[in-house]
Amino acid sequence: MSDKDLTQNQPLIRVENLCKAYQLEGHANQPICHQVLFDINLEIHSGEFIAIMGQSGSGKSTLMNILGCLDTPTSGNYWLAGRNVAYLSNDELAHVRNHSIGFVFQGFNLLKRMTALDNVATPLLYAGMNRKESRKHALTLLQQTGLGQFTLHYPNQLSGGQQQRVAISRALVNQPQLILADEPTGNLDSQTSHEIMTLFKQLNENQGISIILVTHEDDIASYANRLIRLKDGRIIQDKNKCTR
Amino acid sequence: MNLLTIIGEAFQALRVNRLRTGLTMLGMIIGVAAVVLMLSIGQGAQIQINNTIASMGSHLLLVLPGATSSGGLRFGSGTVKTLTAGDAQAIAELPSVEAAAPVVSGIAQLNYGANNWSTTITGTTPDYFSVGNWLIESGSIFSEADLRSATRVAVLGKVTAENLFGNEDPTGKTFRIANKPFLVVGVLAAKGQSLSGRDQDDNVLIPLTTAQRQILGNQFPGSIGHMLVQGKSADMMEEAEMEITRLLRQRHRISDRMENDFTVRNLTAIAAVASTTAKVMAWMLGAIASISLLVGGIGIMNIMLVSVTERTREIGIRMAIGASHRAILTQFLLEALMICILGGLTGAVLGIGSAWMISQIVDMPVVITLSMIGLAFAFVAIIGIFFGFYPANKAASLKPVEALRYE
Repeated sequence: MSDKDLTQNQPLIRVENLCKAYQLEGHANQPICHQVLFDINLEIHSGEFIAIMGQSGSGKSTLMNILGCLDTPTSGNYWLAGRNVAYLSNDELAHVRNHSIGFVFQGFNLLKRMTALDNVATPLLYAGMNRKESRKHALTLLQQTGLGQFTLHYPNQLSGGQQQRVAISRALVNQPQLILADEPTGNLDSQTSHEIMTLFKQLNENQGISIILVTHEDDIASYANRLIRLKDGRIIQDKNKCTR
Repeated sequence: MNLLTIIGEAFQALRVNRLRTGLTMLGMIIGVAAVVLMLSIGQGAQIQINNTIASMGSHLLLVLPGATSSGGLRFGSGTVKTLTAGDAQAIAELPSVEAAAPVVSGIAQLNYGANNWSTTITGTTPDYFSVGNWLIESGSIFSEADLRSATRVAVLGKVTAENLFGNEDPTGKTFRIANKPFLVVGVLAAKGQSLSGRDQDDNVLIPLTTAQRQILGNQFPGSIGHMLVQGKSADMMEEAEMEITRLLRQRHRISDRMENDFTVRNLTAIAAVASTTAKVMAWMLGAIASISLLVGGIGIMNIMLVSVTERTREIGIRMAIGASHRAILTQFLLEALMICILGGLTGAVLGIGSAWMISQIVDMPVVITLSMIGLAFAFVAIIGIFFGFYPANKAASLKPVEALRYE
């Protein structure tokens, strides 16, 4: 069986008995633990568009960070494309983040000192591409997202919607299988929010990229095909819905 | 991420905080400039001392007569004339000896036209010029034939020539020593002061035989004042000293129980001490200056720590888009290194410039060598890596989640 078959048959993400606890400050002998996630079991297939909802403190951001390989679980297993990434070394995690995952944040998180073009090109540089080649790729991508004339603008010269488009381009530049968006419309007005969500929807439908979205808002979540609701660190609802 | 790209990013990061980068760099600039300046002044002083020593002639032994005892009464060296020109000839034959020049000297009055001048008359052999490292400015030295036939010829020191002849060229002119006419055959090149402060250029050199028979007659015909002996090499000085002692004891028929009637002194030893002192001084100046480099290094570490804290979020973003531990480490290390190297470069230029200015103003030799600049640079690079590593490692070891959450 080839690798391709393997990835096709297996879910993109499989999470088993995932727990996360933070050790708060306390005496060394009696550490105070605060458990955020309890026994999360989850399977996500390639091409899904998922919204994770929940109140603040429900553990959705923690789950997102672990799925994005920004954090490691306390116990349990996490397979990403058939590879158990729960306990990889820091450099292996960096490689996974670089190649397999694209992040979109609420606060855009662009690098202030760089132009839009260089912001989009940076993940390619970390992947080992040279500057010239990476800029060429970044330019193509920015033109596709409709930012062709803003390539040499700095983030503070762009509107929120434009910044988020740059951030999405950056997430896409290494052609990841998965995009994680942590409240991507949280800082945007409703019209821009819907434009951004339409972009996500297109990426999911046209390019088959899996998208996991964390949001508070029901109308934003309604763009997704599957809704996962978290409460106090547990999944309380996981439902598919008909595509719109 | 390839190195060139990281260098570009580091340069950009430094450009954003120009004032801060400049001030941090100033520590390096001052440090390197001080080290380069101090080393060049120190080495200049060392060369000045070495030149003075070299002007005395290299690996020299001084053989003095005297130190005799007569019926229990001991005399100091030089009190009795026990050395002869024959001793000098015999010593010159020794395997460890390059040449030996016998010397008689005394003071006499010189006349030329209306000018007169009193100075030291040195009677010696042609070997004296090579042994004492004397160079001829014009004319030539007197010859072995002059020595054999006790001709009245003289070689003048620079100061003597100026005092007696003014602006005229003395070569080929006749002047008088103690009222006896002498032909000037050459003028010596100036040497300057000796280590003891004596003016080495105020002298007249004439053949030994002429001096003994016609100018400085004494009660022991054939005796000489002292002898300058040049060893074959610096390593053979002790051997030469021993051979000379053995030979002279034999020639002077001194039995085993009796003391030497001569003294052998090693002039090189004194020179070596002076040279070593100068060297130690040069390095000490450099070492003191390098303390300022160390302080500059601590400044760099301080600023880099501030920078890492300020840019925690940036580091988090970079990690989220795939920066490895090494990429972050290299980026911050390179920032520190670039401050060092740019500061080092400016400092080196500044140091060389001020060294040159000092050499122009106070007329002192200043030496700038490539190895010195290389040394300063190596030191700067080590400081950059040493003081840059801790902040860079701190940055690279941040947890991505925490770095991203940092406000």
